[in-house]
Amino acid sequence: MTFWLLLTVNSVTFGGLLFLLAAGFSLIFGLMRIPNLTHGSLFMLGAYFGATFVGGYLAVTFDFWIAALIAVVLVAAFGTVIERFLLRRLPGQQMAQVLVTLGISFIVADFCLMVWGGDPVRVDTPPGLTGVFHYGPLVFPHYRIAVIVIAALTALALWLLLDRTRLGAMIRAGVDDPDMARVVGIRVSQLFTIVFALGAGLAAFGGIIGAPILSVYPGLDQDMLPLALVVVILGGSGSLLGSFVGSLIIGFIYNFGQALLPELSYFVLFLPMLIVLIVRPQGLFGRFVP
Amino acid sequence: MSGRLFFYAAALAALLTVPYWIHGDYYVNVSSQILFYAIFAMGLNIIAGYGGLVSLGHAGLFGIAAYSTGYVLQAGFGHPLAILTALVLGLASMAVYAVLSLRTTGIGFIMITLALGEIIWGLCYRWISITGGDNGINLHGRPHPFGLSVDSPTAFYYATLAVFVAALASVALFVRSPLGAALMGTRDQPRRMNALGFHVWAIRFWACMFSGLLTAIAGILFVYYTQFISPQAVDLTSSAEVLLMVIAGGAGTLFGPIVGAALVVTVKSVVSGFIERWNMLLGAIFVTIVILMPEGLVPGTARLWRLGVRKFGGAGKPAVTGAEP
Repeated sequence: MTFWLLLTVNSVTFGGLLFLLAAGFSLIFGLMRIPNLTHGSLFMLGAYFGATFVGGYLAVTFDFWIAALIAVVLVAAFGTVIERFLLRRLPGQQMAQVLVTLGISFIVADFCLMVWGGDPVRVDTPPGLTGVFHYGPLVFPHYRIAVIVIAALTALALWLLLDRTRLGAMIRAGVDDPDMARVVGIRVSQLFTIVFALGAGLAAFGGIIGAPILSVYPGLDQDMLPLALVVVILGGSGSLLGSFVGSLIIGFIYNFGQALLPELSYFVLFLPMLIVLIVRPQGLFGRFVP
Repeated sequence: MSGRLFFYAAALAALLTVPYWIHGDYYVNVSSQILFYAIFAMGLNIIAGYGGLVSLGHAGLFGIAAYSTGYVLQAGFGHPLAILTALVLGLASMAVYAVLSLRTTGIGFIMITLALGEIIWGLCYRWISITGGDNGINLHGRPHPFGLSVDSPTAFYYATLAVFVAALASVALFVRSPLGAALMGTRDQPRRMNALGFHVWAIRFWACMFSGLLTAIAGILFVYYTQFISPQAVDLTSSAEVLLMVIAGGAGTLFGPIVGAALVVTVKSVVSGFIERWNMLLGAIFVTIVILMPEGLVPGTARLWRLGVRKFGGAGKPAVTGAEP
């Protein structure tokens, strides 16, 4: 019983991290129809930046949350540069988009290896969240619960942004029908930049929040990108609810699969995605078939 | 036309004499690598370039062929059975890939093939009882086709070259065949092709199978070359690299994938000896290609060449007529 409950908490925590990663990926994919293969790199870059500002590397050290904020802003700025100067030039050219996003992910991976080396970088749990809850025989680290709360709050904020604001209405219009959105006077190209920066920032936030749990290591980008992809295919591209439900499902399958079927864990991870593709190609909550 | 024939003859002569003008086993081995990666890239180019179906999971198929060869040999069977198993399993996996991913095109196709490639990578990495996990499978020895030994680097190079020429010829024939023309039709105008009575799905499926055959052949050559197969050859980076070879060289051209393979293998195995940050260099090369020659190196260079010829020709003619009288 203890085992199952712990596994469940870990699954929800991991699902929360996946949501932060996949929400932006899904919006970028849904709005811009761009397979952003740098998304794992942005997650890793956020984690490394956060680790750097938290301590050890610079003369000054920052509070965990301030470090997270700086990392998010830096990566969002990096995302803006990628969108403005590279992806902007390649509308509708999938192969060129794949080439350029993969090229950037190679550069980022090698840059991280050069700056932070090959050993995993540990990030300490933020002070104040280092304790554990005791509930009968169970022990839950505070931080894992905090990650769940943070992810839930981010989901709520994103939902309010997309569902209750003018900007959100414009983004939804762009996802549903970019051409018509342009015709009615929405500057879709400006939305692209905003959404790309938002997605990059969210991924970086996921990276730094996840760093105390996952630690930061070369190859983190390659580990996370396929997971984001599975979540988006499962949940449906461009749908916030889809990313949310998809992240939870994948969080559970990932943790339970690793615990119960270690030899076939990747197989069971991708199986629900294949089933969804066959039965419902647009994803559980998607609005269009990619 | 004779100029083109001369070009082919010169290229073939250059390839045949590689072991004589390149010194050292190391560089002969690099040439072999370029050739089998070129076969791999040509295989992917069939669907990505001519079919418009961009696959980011082809390393999975490559890996299945390589792993099957290794597993059958490890189990104590001979080379013919190993190669046959690799081809059959490679094609069967390609059929599964095609049935699942041909439900969509465009970005959907990229995503599904990527996920399928990751499944195969996960199986190779975790299904330790079959694949040896991270330790991979070691091979002992190469086959002796027609009684000839291909153990030395030069002999292996010639064997690879023979397969390469056959593969290139088959791709050239395919592109000129009705099926090749129909495939390009489904890439450019799928709905019109459908209205004309072509079975778009079947055309794409058979193109996928041809692509899978070339990929499996490349996988077999790879595992015989390295004598070792591990999950690293199957991962997303490998799938990405071969796709980048195709796109960087020029997707949908006969020679683009070969140039792309030469570029990537050279940077990986030769330039990496001089520059520690070769991965960054490779990434920078890809970004630069997208900015300067979005259509790829081969079509891009051809365009610049034509531009140069026109300028040169335009400037040259008046000068000649002016000099004559």
